[in-house]
Parts: sequence; structure tokens; C-alpha cells
Amino acid sequence: MESSGVNALEVRDLTVAYRDKPVLWDIDLTVPKGVLMAIIGPNGAGKTTLIRSVLSLLKPAAGQVRIFGKPYDDQRQSVGYVPQRGSVDWDFPTSVLDVVLMGRYGNLGWIKRPGMNDHQLAMDALKKVAMDEFTSRQISQLSGGQQQRVFLARALVQQASLYFMDEPFQGVDAKTERTIIALLKELRAAGKTVVVVHHDLQTVPDYFDWVTLLNVRCVTSGPVKEVFTEQNLRIAYGGRVAFKSEAIGSETNQVT
Amino acid sequence: MEFITSIFTDYTLRSVVFGSAILGIVSGALGSFAVLRRQSLLGDAISHTALPGVAIAFLLTGSRQPLWLLLGAALAGWMGTLIVMVVIGKSRIKQDSALGMVLAVLFGFGMVLMSYVQRTPEASKAGLDKFLFGQASTLMTEDIYIMGVLGSIALILMLLFWKEFKILSFDREFGTSMGFKMRLVDILLTTLLVIAIVIGLQTVGVVLMSAMVVAPAAAARQWTDRLGVMVLLAALFGALGGVSGAILSSMTHKLPTGPTAVLCISTIVIISLLFAPNRGLIYRQLSYLRRRRALAMNSVLLDLFELAQHHKRAEHPHPLNTLKSMSDRPERVERTLLELYDRGLVDKNTDGLWYLTSEGQSHAKKQLGEIGVMS
Repeated sequence: MESSGVNALEVRDLTVAYRDKPVLWDIDLTVPKGVLMAIIGPNGAGKTTLIRSVLSLLKPAAGQVRIFGKPYDDQRQSVGYVPQRGSVDWDFPTSVLDVVLMGRYGNLGWIKRPGMNDHQLAMDALKKVAMDEFTSRQISQLSGGQQQRVFLARALVQQASLYFMDEPFQGVDAKTERTIIALLKELRAAGKTVVVVHHDLQTVPDYFDWVTLLNVRCVTSGPVKEVFTEQNLRIAYGGRVAFKSEAIGSETNQVT
Repeated sequence: MEFITSIFTDYTLRSVVFGSAILGIVSGALGSFAVLRRQSLLGDAISHTALPGVAIAFLLTGSRQPLWLLLGAALAGWMGTLIVMVVIGKSRIKQDSALGMVLAVLFGFGMVLMSYVQRTPEASKAGLDKFLFGQASTLMTEDIYIMGVLGSIALILMLLFWKEFKILSFDREFGTSMGFKMRLVDILLTTLLVIAIVIGLQTVGVVLMSAMVVAPAAAARQWTDRLGVMVLLAALFGALGGVSGAILSSMTHKLPTGPTAVLCISTIVIISLLFAPNRGLIYRQLSYLRRRRALAMNSVLLDLFELAQHHKRAEHPHPLNTLKSMSDRPERVERTLLELYDRGLVDKNTDGLWYLTSEGQSHAKKQLGEIGVMS
């Protein structure tokens, strides 16, 4: 297969279980290149688990993952990752610039230290997320939104083709949300693929062009205009979660 | 002065100073990572489980060669952490319980072996009991060489893998996602910690060695927000505590080094907890009081401003009791007024009534503007 025709992400028969309980069950998922995709679903649907098993951070019971047609181990350089903000200790003695430089470690490999070029990339990334004034600030003195932007800058310097972001909009201020959106659109314009775990159903049609509805199994996946329907949402959320139908958009209702 | 020259002439004292400096530097530096990874108890487990290693090494080789004993200690300490990892991985027991359990069981086993070994005549000469609470004055030149070589290796590896250790401590999963074998990094760092602990066993002893791992790092964290500086400071504090403890214990007959070294490093910790800028308790208390005073002054100033609004003139004076009734801390109002007076923001007229000076008025307006009450 020609590499330009290969999908950014292909997941086949992925099943993940904690103890005996399946958290993800027989997931098949295809993400074409150059889309902004939201993964949505209720709490405990396995959204984070899906990302983590794609990144080999946990071992699935079964299934396989292909990134640009190859196993993840061969493609680590082309994958960037933004973990949940709460997953690290922000009291760690380090500076904003230092955290962003960590994104270069993968390209550097073992032992080698970041150099001038890496510093330049880190500074550019910090400028993009409007954090260039805070380069030497201790990370515990950042607001939640600023922490999130630092994490985004760290992923940017990975210079990846496929990005995974775990709830980047969780508890951030309006300014940060706008920065992230601008950044996502910029990434898409540059031909990158971005997969985002997302919570806010209202903003899905505005922010994303591709969506996966998840609830242990994959309810549906495809272009927002085609699959982000009230019916599919009811299946994913079990009909218990109320949502505004106008958020889904009149256009989408006509398509289905 | 006489004491300083004796460091270079007195053989025993020189060994004591060098040995405890090396152990302090290495355990302080590597302890920083243990503290940042919330693995302080790991050091305790490693040192306690090293005890049976020492006894078994002696029983097997019949030798008092420090290299054999330390090798036994290192292997046992390493095995101890391995058992802890297996217990955590294969059962539902959490890390702290697993560490505590393995530590106690293997230390107990070590004590049984020690009391058995002590009954053999060669053993009492070998002085294995110094491994319990440490005895810096028994350090030989040979010991110093071994400690120096092992310590240098540990520090060089730490500097080589600095970036990997940093990502392990800060965001292990991110490291994994970038393709680093983080389990390998973890094993390497733990091994270096084992080395750091083992080279201190003879000097400080298994019982209190973990203090030399945790305390310098905890003290260093108070003074800096940079990992590099923290590791450097921890090494310095460790050396300071180790050397002063070793010297103090050497000056007193049969006083073990471990306890005195721990007392010395604890002094550094207490000073750091109290006096460090930003994170120190005293600094925090002072800045809290400063903020509270600024707040009190603001609120009295704004009260006066508000009262004056009811009148034609902004300088309209009001009695102290009116202001007291508006404050939630009436007993402090008079003091606050005097502080404002010192700054030229308020004044008292001949009737003893208080009013805002023109400077006080503009100050109050500025405050209100900042919080958005006035446009």
C-alpha cells in the first residue's frame, strides 16, 4: 500500500480488561489522515484507556494497533502525546522550558542532551501557546490552563504527525480553550492528525470534523456530520444523559 | 586550626572525614530522586534488607574483606526491592505495605543471622555489629577506595542518564510513550540507590541509613525549584551531615556514627524547614502576616472612603468607634489607623476624628478601580 494512502490510526479487535471486567470490548477504529477527531462517551466508557492502549502504556488482552500502517514501536517518532494534566506532580522542581524540552527526549534518544536547536523549538512552541513569557517559571506557579498549554507545547516539539490528547479542555479558562482550538486547527492545516478525548458534547461540531462515540464498545465512528446524531448519542450514553438537540445541528439530523 | 591540620595528618580522622563525605554526597544526590518519586521508604527497605546479605556474605566467605560484605549487602538490598516489586505486582498489597513487610521480615532474618554469627570467635573480631548502627572510626583506607570507586560510578551514571531519570521522576508514562524503556531506567536508578546505600552501611549502619537518603533531599527541596540545584544541595547537605556526625562520634568512645550523623542532618532539615525562603515555615508565616496587615489597612481605608461618600466633603472626619463597628476585627482598627497615618493616607483632626488625606482618597479610588467597583 502506498504510504500516502495509509490511515493515521487503525485499531483492530482491541479488547482491554481490568481483572475480569472488559473496559474496552472488540474495538475497531479507523482514523484517516488529517482529521481532528473527538473521542466522546460517558464516564468509564474507556476513552483514556483507548488512548493508553494505543500508546502501549497498558497491555490489551487482544487486538492490534497500526499507526501509519506500522506497529507503534516503529512509529514512536511520529506520535505526540498530551496526557491528562493531573497525571503528574506539578510541584516537581523544574521550569516551564524544561518541561517543554522533555518533548524532545524521544528524538534525542538515550543519554544525549537537548541542544541549541531543541531550545529554539521549545521557545517557538511556547510562543505558539502564548507561554513565552513564563519560560523560566517554576511549574507549580502555573494556573491549570497554563499547565495545559505547557503540556501542549511539550507535544508540539515532538514534531509528530499524529497527536493524542487526553482531555486538554478539562478545567481550563476561556483563553486556553481558544489557544487550544487555534492550535488544533493549525495542526490540521499542516496535515497532522489529532485525536482528542473530549467531554463537552456541545462543542463537538464546532471543534472537530471526525468523532468516535465510545461506551466500552465503539458505538460509531466517522465524520461529525454523518455520525454525530441524537440516536447515536442515545446509544452511547444509554439515553440517560440529557443534551440539547440543537447542539447537534439541524444539518446533521437531515443527513441521517 | 589544630583540628583542620589533623584531618590531613591523623590517619583515622582523615578516613572518617573522606568516607562520610563520600557517603553523604552519593546518598544525598541519589536520594533526591527517591524523594521526588515518593519512594522514601524504598531506601529504608534496601538498607534493612542489606543486613542478612552482610551476614550471609561473612558466613560464606569467612572473610572480613569489605568488598565481599558490601557485595552481599548490595545483592540482598537489590533482592529486597525485587521482592517488593513482585509482591506489588502479584498481589493487591500496596507499595507502602509491601515495603514495610519485606523490610521487617528480612531485617528480622538478618538479626537472627547476626546473633548466630556473633557467637563464632572470628566474627567478633570482624566487627559485623558496626553494620547495625555504623562506626566511622573503623573505616580503613581500603574501605575509602571502595566507597570512592563505587560512589564515582554511581554519580557518573546519574549524570549520564540525567535526562532519563528526570523524565522517570516527573512523567514516566510520557517517557514510555516516547519509546524509552522506563522499566530499565527504573531498575538502573534503583541500582544506583542500592550502591549509594551500601557504601554508607559501614559508616552509618542499616538502621538509620535511610535518613541519609531522605533527609538531605528533603532539606534541599526547601531551598530551590531546580532539580540540578536540588541534587547539588542534597549532596552538600549529605556530606555536611555525614562528616559532622562522623567527627562527633569519633571523638566519643564507642558512640556509633549512625545516630550522630542523623542528628546532624536533622538539624539541617529543621533549619531548612523553618528558614528557607518561599517554602520555609517562617517565611510563610511572615508573608501571611504581611498580607493580612495589607488587607486590614485596605479595608479601614475603604471604610473611611465609604463613610465620606455620605457627606459633601471627602475629608469629612469620623470617630474611631464608627470604624470599629464596620470592621470584623475591631480591636485592631486603631493600630491599623496609626499605620495608615504613618504612610500619610489618613489624618486625625483636633477633635480626635479620623479622615482621609488627599493621598488616601486617591489610594482608595485606585483600590476600588482595581476591583472594578468604580469605573
